[in-house]
Amino acid sequence: MRAWHFSETAYPYLPPADSYPSIRVSLPNRIYDPEKGAALYDRYIDEWLIAEDEGVEIMLNEHHQTATCVDPAAPLMLAALARLSKKARLLILGNPIANRRQPVRVAEEMAMIDVLSHGRLEAGFVRGVPYEILPANSNPVRMNERHWEALDLIVKTWTTHDGPFSHEGRFFHNRAINIWPRPIQQPHPPVWVSTTSPSGAAPVGARGFIQATFLTGFDATRKVFDGYRKGWREAGRGQDVPIDRLAYAALIYVGESDLRAKAGAEKLLWYITSNKVPPHIANPPGYIPVSANVQMLRGAEHPMSAFGKRASVESAIEAGIMFAGTPDQVLKQIQKHYDHVGGYGHILIMGQAGFLEHDDTVHGIRMFAREVYPRLKALYPDTVISGFPQPTAGATARC
Amino acid sequence: MFEVGDGAPLLWLHGGQGFNPKQEFVPLFAAQRRLIVPSHPGFGRSGLPDWLDSIDDIAHIYLELLDHLDLGAIDVAGCSIGGWIAAEMAVKSPERIRRLVMIGPVGVKVGGADKLDIPDIFAMPQDEANKLLFHDPARMTPDLNKMSDEELTVMVRNRETLALLTWEPWMHNPKLKRWLHRAGMPALFVRGASDGLVSADYLAAYAGLLPKAHTLALAAAGHAPHLEQPQALAAAVLEFLERAP
Repeated sequence: MRAWHFSETAYPYLPPADSYPSIRVSLPNRIYDPEKGAALYDRYIDEWLIAEDEGVEIMLNEHHQTATCVDPAAPLMLAALARLSKKARLLILGNPIANRRQPVRVAEEMAMIDVLSHGRLEAGFVRGVPYEILPANSNPVRMNERHWEALDLIVKTWTTHDGPFSHEGRFFHNRAINIWPRPIQQPHPPVWVSTTSPSGAAPVGARGFIQATFLTGFDATRKVFDGYRKGWREAGRGQDVPIDRLAYAALIYVGESDLRAKAGAEKLLWYITSNKVPPHIANPPGYIPVSANVQMLRGAEHPMSAFGKRASVESAIEAGIMFAGTPDQVLKQIQKHYDHVGGYGHILIMGQAGFLEHDDTVHGIRMFAREVYPRLKALYPDTVISGFPQPTAGATARC
Repeated sequence: MFEVGDGAPLLWLHGGQGFNPKQEFVPLFAAQRRLIVPSHPGFGRSGLPDWLDSIDDIAHIYLELLDHLDLGAIDVAGCSIGGWIAAEMAVKSPERIRRLVMIGPVGVKVGGADKLDIPDIFAMPQDEANKLLFHDPARMTPDLNKMSDEELTVMVRNRETLALLTWEPWMHNPKLKRWLHRAGMPALFVRGASDGLVSADYLAAYAGLLPKAHTLALAAAGHAPHLEQPQALAAAVLEFLERAP
C-alpha cells in the first residue's frame, strides 16, 4: 500500500456563499488576493514536503477558474515540486487532456518533469469534471474519444525515439513529433487515469494503466474496480490484476484524540459543502449520457450533490468517502472499505481543505504517516492480487 | 424524414429544439405546400455518424438529399441552426434554392470579438434561457412532468447534438459571411420581435450579406415565431414565396 498526500491548494477566503451563485467558473477573481495566494502556495508546498519527510508520496491536480483549487497549470506546480522535493513520487492526477489542444505539448511537459525529478513522475490523465468545460471552451460532446486519442498519442510520443513521426487522427494533427527531452523512466512514466464509472474503467484496464477513483464510496468503487478488471482480462492481460493498479481517493484525517480528529474531519468537509455550482455549469450538454440526464429531469439527484446537502462527518464515513478518527478507528474504516471493494494499492489522501490550518494539516499528515501507514503496509503488501476469488479453476484467490 | 401536403415543395430545416409533426404551423404550410422536414442527424430519432460534427456536414447531406428528391430548384426555410444549414447550402449550390427563408437564423459573426453575437444559452440557468427564447416563456416552456421518457430523451439528445455542432466557434462559421454574396436568390429574414438570441441588428447585418434579402419582425414572438405565432409566420412566409418573382 502506498499513500499520497493530495492538496487542491484551495483559496478559502471567500464572501458568504449566498452572495455568489457559483464557487466555480464565474466567481470574479477580484475576490482572489494574490498576496494571500502567494502565502497559501508557500504553505501548501511546505505541507507536501512535510508529507515527503514522513514517507508519504506527493499528489496534485488541476482545476480552472475556481477557488476550490487554485492550480490551473498543475505541471508548473509539479515542476517546482520536482526541484524542492528529493525522494517522493510525484503524481499529477491529472492532465485534463480532453480539454488541452496539444497532446504533444502535454507529453513534453511530463517528459520534462520526469527528467527534472530524476524519474519520479507518475503521469495521470483525467477527463476533467464538467466545470472545466467552460473555462477550456471545450466541447463537452465526445470528450472520451478525444481523451483516448490524446493519451494514446502521448504514450507513443514518449516511446518513439527514432526521429519525427506524424499523427493525423480524428481530433489531433501533428506532422513531425520528436520531443526533447524524452522521459527518464522506461519505457515511460507510470500512467494513471481517473474515472468514476465501470464503463470508463474498462479501457484503462485494457491498457494496464493505474486506475484511480475519487470519493466513490463502497458500491460504486467496487463497480469501477470490477470494470477495470473486466477490461484488463478481456485485453488478454491475464486473470490476476495486481493490487498496485488500483487507487482510491478519500477525505482522510487522523487525530491523536477523538476530539481533534473530529474537528479536523469537520473542516475537511469543506470540499463537499463549499462546492456550490448551479446545474448549467455542473452539467453541460453531452457530459453525461442521455439516459442519465433523463433520470435527472425526472428528479434523480447526483449522489454527491445529494450528499452535500446533508453532509456530516458521520455520514461521510458511513458512505466510505471519508476515513477519520483516531489511528485505530481510521485503520478499521479503511480495512472495511478495502475489503468491500476488492482492495487497492494506493490511497490518495485529501488531507487539506478550506480552513484546515497548517498545524492541523501537518498533525493529520504525521498521525497518518506514523500511526496508520505502517500498519496498512503490513496488512496490505503490494504483492496481493486485487478483487475477489474467481469461480474458474485457473483463478488465483486473493491473498 | 416527415412529409405532408401537396403543391410546390418546401424544405423545412428545424432549429435546435427539433421538430414535432404535431406543431401548429405544420398544417398551415401543408395546406398549400408539399412540406418536407428531415430530422437533422443526432436530433429526434435520427442517427448521428461518429464523423459528423458540423453544420457544414449537414448542409452537404441535404444537398445530397435534394439530388435524390430530384425536385430542381426548391424553396428552403430554416429556423435558427436550420437557417445556418440553409445558408451553407445556399452558398455552395445557389442554383438549387429558389427562395430562401431564414427564421431567427444563426451562423455568422457580425459583431466585435469582445461580445458574443448570440448569448450563450448553455452558460445560464434554463429559466433565463427560456426568457431569451420565448416571448411568453410561461406559455411556451415545456412541462417536463407531462413528457414521456421518449420525449425527454429526444429533448436531451437534441440539446447534446446542438452543443456538438455549435460549441466552437459559438453558433457561427467564421467563413460563411465571405461567401454569402453567392446566395443571390430572393431571401426573407424573419425574427420574432422578442427574440433574445437573434437581435434586430444581427438579423439586419446577416441579411445585408445577401444580394436580395429583406427583413421582417413578427410581434409577440421570440426565437421560434413558427411556434409562438404560427398563423402570422405562415402567412408572411407563404406570401413571400408566392410573391417573389
